[in-house]
Amino acid sequence: MRNLRLALDIALTHLLAKKRQTIIAMLGVTFGISMFIVMISFMQGVNQFTLDLALDGSPHVRIYNPIKNDRKSIIEQQGGPADAMYIVHHQKPKSELPKIKNGMRILRELEQWPGVQQAAPNLSTQVFYNSGSVQFAGSMIGCDILKENVMYDLENKLETGALEDLLTNPDGILLGNELAEKMNVKVGDRISISTPQGTILLMRVVGTFSFGFSAVDGMRSYATLASVQKILQKDPQYITDIVIRLEDYTQAKTLSKTLSQIYGYTAEDWETTNAAILAGEVIRNVMTFVVSLAMLVVAGFGIYNIMNMSILNKLKDIAILKATGFESGNIVSIFLLQSLIIGVLGGVLGVLTGGFFSYLISITPFPSGTGFNIETFPVLFEVKYYITGIVFGFLTTLFAGWFPARRASRVDPVDIIRG
Amino acid sequence: MQTILKADNIVKYFYQPEPFEVLKGVSFEAKKGEFLSVVGKSGCGKSTLLYILSTMDTDYQGNLQMNNETLTGLSQNALSRFRNEHMGFVFQFHYLLPEFTALKNVMLPALKLGKYSPKEVEERAYEKLNWMGMGDYALKRASRLSGGQQQRVAIARALVNDPAIIMGDEPTGNLDQTNTGIIFDIFMKLAKENGQTIIAVTHDKDFAAASDRIIEMSDGVIVN
Repeated sequence: MRNLRLALDIALTHLLAKKRQTIIAMLGVTFGISMFIVMISFMQGVNQFTLDLALDGSPHVRIYNPIKNDRKSIIEQQGGPADAMYIVHHQKPKSELPKIKNGMRILRELEQWPGVQQAAPNLSTQVFYNSGSVQFAGSMIGCDILKENVMYDLENKLETGALEDLLTNPDGILLGNELAEKMNVKVGDRISISTPQGTILLMRVVGTFSFGFSAVDGMRSYATLASVQKILQKDPQYITDIVIRLEDYTQAKTLSKTLSQIYGYTAEDWETTNAAILAGEVIRNVMTFVVSLAMLVVAGFGIYNIMNMSILNKLKDIAILKATGFESGNIVSIFLLQSLIIGVLGGVLGVLTGGFFSYLISITPFPSGTGFNIETFPVLFEVKYYITGIVFGFLTTLFAGWFPARRASRVDPVDIIRG
Repeated sequence: MQTILKADNIVKYFYQPEPFEVLKGVSFEAKKGEFLSVVGKSGCGKSTLLYILSTMDTDYQGNLQMNNETLTGLSQNALSRFRNEHMGFVFQFHYLLPEFTALKNVMLPALKLGKYSPKEVEERAYEKLNWMGMGDYALKRASRLSGGQQQRVAIARALVNDPAIIMGDEPTGNLDQTNTGIIFDIFMKLAKENGQTIIAVTHDKDFAAASDRIIEMSDGVIVN
């Protein structure tokens, strides 16, 4: 302990005697760490943003009955020769209903499923929204609006009107805000909707919502299950999708596998649905890692160089310290402490500037147009990034300082003093 | 008188640029409180012998003892501790740490030894600096001092731990007649009053002549 205090005393004197060199070495670390902080905060912010986007707009698991196009040919089904090859050109899908049979029973089972927060029935269909002589293509979802609210937090996405009005108005409809704008309708107005089958229905707008991206806000509308069943002329058991919200969204992948095995329908998890959005995450993570590592390595080399130079300049001093009784370990301490002081001060400064620049980015307006519901660059402020930064800085300088320090401890005083 | 340092048949080779036997079996003893001068022509091996005696050079054959304790073969770290406590050095070139004050330079070996509290160490360092007439310069940076002043600070540093042996490689080499006289008197006083042993390699004939004993070396052996 006494030796360490003495080594610290000598290390500080050395550092203060060469202030400019010390500051330059420190700024190397500062730059590396602050870049690391900015990179990781920003990239993780973007990751979080895309994740929220993905989780916001799609259910954790969606069960549906896809239109299949790979049926076996009728000869094959009837047991033709197995070694023969059957080719059917331009096979068309059968006129099958995309219905989930026993959908309501499955729904009730799923609601009791452990880990499932909410399961909700959906009946989705393509529709045309008629606005005078113009038709806008879109989709309409028949749902249990209270369950849907739990799924997507619709309450907070509502811009005008009220969700409950859908329950009291049998012909009520909730429109995406962009769609409502295009059609120039407000709450209380009536609109006409036609289906691909040709039926036309008059509905009353009870509210508008905004998910934050045009693909939904300009296309989608919500109505009661009964309305959509009516427009499609189907029975009250007819549903096409069951959407599920889980307590832990990371469980979606495993659960979707289980569900598709049990019920025989396709169960798609949110990651698969949003594969395109999420693909960027891996790339961003790799990039963050590579750039940060490169920064720290450069900072490390900076320290290594400066310490090596400093030791070459101090050969005489090292010899004299050894001659007057300092042991190898003391010499290592003296020079390693110099690196560590540079590393820790540089690291702390780096964390502060990194935090500051992250903040600047987080208040910079993001020109997203109307595509996304975002006003500034997404930045994630997490203590663990800052701790990682300081730990990295410490380890880098420890590593970079170790070799010069050990070299210093091996100086033979006789060689130096005899000249 | 009690023998404090004993070198027995010391043989030392230099391997660069080609193998060369510098010391050819040197044996000698130094007594407690003795003031020795080692003289000889350049290249006769007197400095080499001093560095072996100082325990800094461990690459030799033979045996070195101090107070009947064998020093040959001890680890570098053990020898460092030994030097710290029992030996003081004054080098031909003054070799102070330039970033530190004169006072701090003197204090460092004592702080390393840790026998006294930092406050006591400071008092003792002042005392030694005052002996050298350097008390007024104690708080000056070593790099700001003149050559002679640095030399005197270096001697103060050699004395700070009250070592049993003080070794000097041309300890007065850079000093004028007056200062050489002062240093010589201090060495003599240390030897006679404190019983410290002084071994000094020197070219200064007057300095050598006034010491207790002269060891004259030539071609790697003691001739006188």
